[in-house]
This record gives sequence, C-alpha cells and structure tokens, in this order.
Amino acid sequence: MDLTPKQSIPAAESTRFPDEVLERVLTLLKSPKDRNAVSLVCKDWYTADSWSRRHVFIGNCYSVSPEIVARRFPRIRSVTLKGKPRFSDFNLVPDNWGADVHSWLLVFASGSPFLEELRLKRMRVTDGSLEFLALNFPNFRALSLLSCDGFSTSGLATVATHCKNLIELDIQENGIEDLSGEWLSCFPDNFSTLEVLNFSNLITDVNTEVLERLVSRCRSLKVLKLNRSSSLDCLHRLLTSAPQLTELGVGSFSQELTPQQHAELKHAFGFCKNLTVLSGFWDATALNLSAVYPACSGLSFLNLSYTALQSQELASLLPHCPCLRRLWVLDSVGDRGLEAVGANCPSLEEIRVFPTDPFDEDMLHTVTESGIVAVSQGCPKLHYILYFCRQMTNAAVATVVRNCPDFTHFRLCIMNPGQPDHTTNQPMDEAFGAVVKTCKKLKRLSISGLLTDLTFKYIGEYAKNLEALSVAFAGSSDLGMQYVMEGCSKLKKLEIRDCPFGNAALLSGLERYESMRSLWMSACNVTVDGCKALARQMPRLNVEVMKEEGSDDCKADKVYVYRTVAGPRRDAPPSVLTFSSL
Amino acid sequence: MATAEADMYVTINFEETELRLGLPGPTVPPPPLGSRTGAAGKRGFSETVDLKLNLSPSAKMDGCDPHGAAIKTANNACSNNDPAKPPAKAQVVGWPPIRSFRKNVMAVQKSSNDAQPSKKPAAATTTATPPPPAAFVKVSMDGAPYLRKVDLKLYNSYSDLSESLGKMFSSFTIGNCGPNGMKDFMSESKLVDILNGSEYVPSYEDKDGDWMLVGDVPWEMFVESCKRLRIMKGSEAIGLAPRAVEKCKSRS
Repeated sequence: MDLTPKQSIPAAESTRFPDEVLERVLTLLKSPKDRNAVSLVCKDWYTADSWSRRHVFIGNCYSVSPEIVARRFPRIRSVTLKGKPRFSDFNLVPDNWGADVHSWLLVFASGSPFLEELRLKRMRVTDGSLEFLALNFPNFRALSLLSCDGFSTSGLATVATHCKNLIELDIQENGIEDLSGEWLSCFPDNFSTLEVLNFSNLITDVNTEVLERLVSRCRSLKVLKLNRSSSLDCLHRLLTSAPQLTELGVGSFSQELTPQQHAELKHAFGFCKNLTVLSGFWDATALNLSAVYPACSGLSFLNLSYTALQSQELASLLPHCPCLRRLWVLDSVGDRGLEAVGANCPSLEEIRVFPTDPFDEDMLHTVTESGIVAVSQGCPKLHYILYFCRQMTNAAVATVVRNCPDFTHFRLCIMNPGQPDHTTNQPMDEAFGAVVKTCKKLKRLSISGLLTDLTFKYIGEYAKNLEALSVAFAGSSDLGMQYVMEGCSKLKKLEIRDCPFGNAALLSGLERYESMRSLWMSACNVTVDGCKALARQMPRLNVEVMKEEGSDDCKADKVYVYRTVAGPRRDAPPSVLTFSSL
Repeated sequence: MATAEADMYVTINFEETELRLGLPGPTVPPPPLGSRTGAAGKRGFSETVDLKLNLSPSAKMDGCDPHGAAIKTANNACSNNDPAKPPAKAQVVGWPPIRSFRKNVMAVQKSSNDAQPSKKPAAATTTATPPPPAAFVKVSMDGAPYLRKVDLKLYNSYSDLSESLGKMFSSFTIGNCGPNGMKDFMSESKLVDILNGSEYVPSYEDKDGDWMLVGDVPWEMFVESCKRLRIMKGSEAIGLAPRAVEKCKSRS
C-alpha cells in the first residue's frame, strides 16, 4: 500500500486534518506492515498511528525494550511477543537463556493497564507472572501461550480465578509443570464469556462435571480442545451441549464403545454442523474414527498427527472430508495413505507428515518419495508442505513442484543427515534447485539431505522472495552461505546448524543483518573473533555466543545475531556472551 | 547338522559383519570422511552376510567409493569430529527437528500401548480387546548375525510381509502367494518342495508359546497371535506342518 502523498503538502496544511479523524481512519488498517508504513509518512501520521495502534507484533522480544514500546504506543490493547530462537524447540538453547515476559508486564501495568490480549511464543512465563497478569489488568481477556515454559497449572488457576472477562485461554505445547487439573475448577460459577478453551497440552485430569457445566454456560464457545485424558463419554455430552463449536480437539479416541455408545457419539457429531477444525485423537481406533464422519463434511483442517493411523484407516476417513484444505498426519499412514490423500482431497493446500518414531531405525514402511509425489498429483493447490522421510530423490521433488508450482512453504526433512538421492547416490542439490526455480512465491524453505554449495547457489539465484531459510548438515564451504546472503534480499530469518561456514561466511552478511530479524548458526566454524568483528562493525546488532561446556575458548559454538534498538541485553546467563561495538 | 552349522559360522568373516548404526537398506553409502555424524554408514544385510551363507543378495552394493567428486569436500571443515566413533542418530542433539512436546506425546503413546490397558470405562462391555496400534515382533533368520524388527500392523497380507522380509533378508521367500496367501501355503506340492529343498521357511511363536508355520490362519488372526518370527531352514521345518505333509503323502 503506497501511502506517500503524490505531491508535497506544506506542513501548515497537513495539520488542518483533525487528529481524531485521522486516527479513526487509521484504526481501519489492521496489518502491522501497513501501520508501519503509515507511521513513516510524516510526524503527524506517526503520532496518529502511535495513539491509535491497538495491536503490536514483536517478532523478537529483544529487538526492542518494553519501555520503548509502551512509550510509543500508550493505548496498546493486544501484544504478540516471540522470544527464544526457534531452535530452542529442539533443545539447542539453554533453559535459562532469557525471554522472560515479566519485565514486559511490569512496564505495561504502569503505562497501559488496559492490556486485553497477550500472545506469547517461546517466552519464559512464571506462575508469578501469570498471577501478576491476572491481578493487574482488569480488562484482560485473551491469553495464548505457545511453546512457553516456566509455569505450572497453578498459574493457570490464578488466571481462571481473577480474569472475569476471559474469552480466550489457549495453552499449547508448553513446558508446563502439570500439577493437577484443579485450575479448571477455578472459573467462577457464573463465568460464561469463554470463546476459546484449549488445554490439549495438559496431562492431568480435569473435573468432567466442572468442564461440562462450563461448556454449557459459555454459549459463545467456538473453540474447545480437550486433553488426552478426556473420555468419549464426556465428549459425547460436550458435543450435545455445544453444537455451535467450530474447532474441536477430542481426547483419547481408543476407548471401547458398545454399538449403542458408538451410535450415540456418531449422532452427537452429527449435531456439529459448523466444525471446520478437528484435532486430538490420541490412540484412535479405526472403529471409533468412523463416529466422526457426520461432522466432516465442512472440515477444512484435520490434525491426526497424534495417532498412528494406518493407510486403510486414513483412506476410509478422507472421502468424508471433501472440503479438506489442511491435513496433518503421522508417517504411519505410509505411501498408500498419501495416495488416498491425493485421490480424495482436491482442495488440499497444506500437508504435514510427521515421523511416528524418529529414532527407531527398524521402521520399514514410513513414507518415501512416492507418497509426496502422489499427493502432489492429486492436490494441485498444495502450497505448504512439511515432510519427514527417510529417503528422497531429486526426480521426485522436481515432479512435486512441477505439479504444484505455487509452494510458499517447502520444508523437507530427510531424517538421516547428509543422505543423498537414494537411487542415484547424487546430492540433493537438483531437488532444491527445482524448488526455487519453479516456485516463485516461495517464502519459507527447509533443506536436508546431502547438499553442496550448489544448492545455495540456486537459492541465492532464484529464491528472490525467500523470507525464512533453515539449513542443517549442508554445504561445502563459506561460499554456500555467501550465495544466500548476496542473493536473497528479502531474507528475514536464517538458521544454520552443523555446516562448514566460518567467519568469512558470517561476515558476508554484514549488510543484510539489519534488515533481518535474526541469524542462528550453531556447530559451524565461526569463532569468537569473527563474532567480535561483526559486533564491532554493526552497532545495531546484538551478537550473542552461547558457549558449551568444555569447548575451546575461541570457538563460537552457537551464534545468535539480531537487530535491536534496545542495545545489548542485560539478562543473559553466564553461558551467553554478548558482543557489542562498545 | 551341528558341525555343518559350526562350519558355516567359522567361514563368516566377523569384520564384514560388523554392526554399525544407521538406516537399513543396501543403498546408503558410508559417510564421507570427517562427517559429523557418520551415522549413514550401515551396510545392508545383504552386504554383511555376503555369499558365505549362500544367500543371493538381490541388490549387490558396490563397496567402492560411491561418492562423486562433489561430495569430497563436504563437511571436511568440521574439525572436532572423530570418524572412528560415529554417534547413534539419536545422539545428535535436536535432530530430527521435532518439538519436545511431540516427541513426548509419541513416547507416552508407545509405552501405554505396551502396558496393559488399565482404565476401562464402566459402561463398556468387553468383547474383544482393541489391538494396539503397533505390533512390533522380532524377526530372526537362521544363520544371520542379528535380528530385525517389523511392525506387523504395517502390512495387510502375507504377501506384503513376504515382500518386505524378502527385501530385508534378500533371498528369502515365503513361496508364491496368490491373492490369498494362506491358500498357497497349504498347497501341498509347494510345501513339500520347500521342505525338501534348501529354502527358508517362516515360522512364528504364537501367544501360547508354540512354534507355528506362517500362513495357516487368516492374516488378522496371525497378526494378533504372532509374538515373534523365525525364518528357519526348510530342513528344520518339517515338524511344523504335520497335516500338510500327511495330506501330501496320502495323495502321492
């Protein structure tokens, strides 16, 4: 959106436009990118944007300080914060690394206590912080925690107790200390505003009666995701009292049902005409799965990635889901299951295939190149793929992108590091070459297999819209990384592990890092001196090195570089060295 | 019999049968020198067992350097590698990139499948126990230096299983399976040929601890009752199929 004025307007004239009107107009702009562009037009517009901004998205919590945010946006209502580098999901970041939300809460409580929504990803959140949140923000209504850690169910209890206007409680995939299911019972008896409740991550049982009463009180409830220990009896009752649900996460699906119970459950699913998202299904049996068929006609997203379905079971289920756009499964469905996907899901846009058992090498029938080709043949609208496999060929990948040239996200994980094309023994360079040459809209790419610098040459040359690149066990020399830094002008996030890239590679990106969110390099050949050199030359970057125990003093085991206006952070643990130009 | 077997073991070159960790399958090449993980270097069973056991490997791997020149420089710069000690795949921290949450979910599922189901809902009546999602059984083959494991749930028929085991052990066949693999097992002439010849015969240990010939019962029943598989030499299998042999005798 181009907001620059067509001709320059004298300053006096521009102030005749009342601020209130300008602000009112600006509130209609929702996208952060648009808002950022608005704020650059002139000082008046900057001010108007500041006063009217309600939601701020901070992709790296250390790129800015809470004080700066609170000062600039005094009336902020909704904050999304992301903390640790993505590789912390895979245990590559020490526990005490940082990204604690508390300092943010303190600042917001004093400056703008009107905060209503907080969405955190990979942040550290303690029970103390949750209590502080619950007690200091009277209008608070939506809490979403994804991949966070540091809190327990006691923290959830304080939120349930004190947040009278809560409409959203979304607890996903966190390192949570699960003490009991008591927290659910902490919602007051007359509490009825909930619209989103997701506790699928939790293990301990919640009180079924309390849950059922809560659900029947909350007439606006749209999203309900149960945890694994929720029984099918409970589910049946919940469905009957909440047929308005649009997203449902069921609990364990392995319970034995009498034919009567099965029929009743199926009947209850039939009530749910508005379901678009279905997930959960731990331990689903084939028989029980058939109970959900009546609810599948409008389904757009089906997440079966917690149950090891067989190909036949998937093949029986899919014909009931003609509108499916997103599907997540485990590789237990095999190539045959993926053929069923290709045959039954013409509208499919996204598929993710996770490994059932990533460390069991005796698995014979996982998914191979045939599976992904079969999906691409039947699903021309495919634009997002995440595929874990144990073998792949260049030819298969080329076929896939020929069938589906609109990929925006292509994430292929050949699980054995450095594995070549299994039919030709060649590197997988041509596979990813085909991806970047064919898929002009590609924004996110994860590469794997045996890869030389040629892959990176292709990426730098063709992947002009690439924003996120994830690299592991690849490349032959510094040139690899240099190709990418020179060619991918839109790159925002680069994460690299176990590659032969050294200081020359690191420094080749000197001019790029300020326009990127972050760079991660671990187990590469970068040294501390190289990091110091980078920090010296680029004052607005934080260059952090995480040292591992017992490694040489000169080696930079893990490097994390990010742009910031807040200067070097002061809360790093001793194992994290921060280099700055000072 | 015993001495013949002993001779057979003497001729095995144990260096050739050295176990290394890595993926199964004959086409995975050894890792390049200095590679960080070195975990790709497992040789296929066909290669390790070799002709000493008189098996004919279906895919003879070229043991020479399978790498093109392009690969030579790969990973050479990783300095602190010890190529003599390739770590198991599971030891590579954070690889494959799967969130801890997901790994825990699958681990819990696996262990809960192994244990007896403890919670049964009060209202449900028990007819048949629902089979666990995975049914891993050990597969041993007479003369082979190590065992394999297969998940019987991943197959739909005897011929599927036969095909896979065939790939795993290269020259092994259950015999010609028609659309109903079971039927051909009982085909008397084939059975006799197997028993008289030097081919291998699959047998399995059932829930009662008895050793049975594979193929007698419907596939689903076999999957539920099979505890382990043993691919035995034909000459040892005679005692397993007395009915078939008698039928055969009565006809000839």
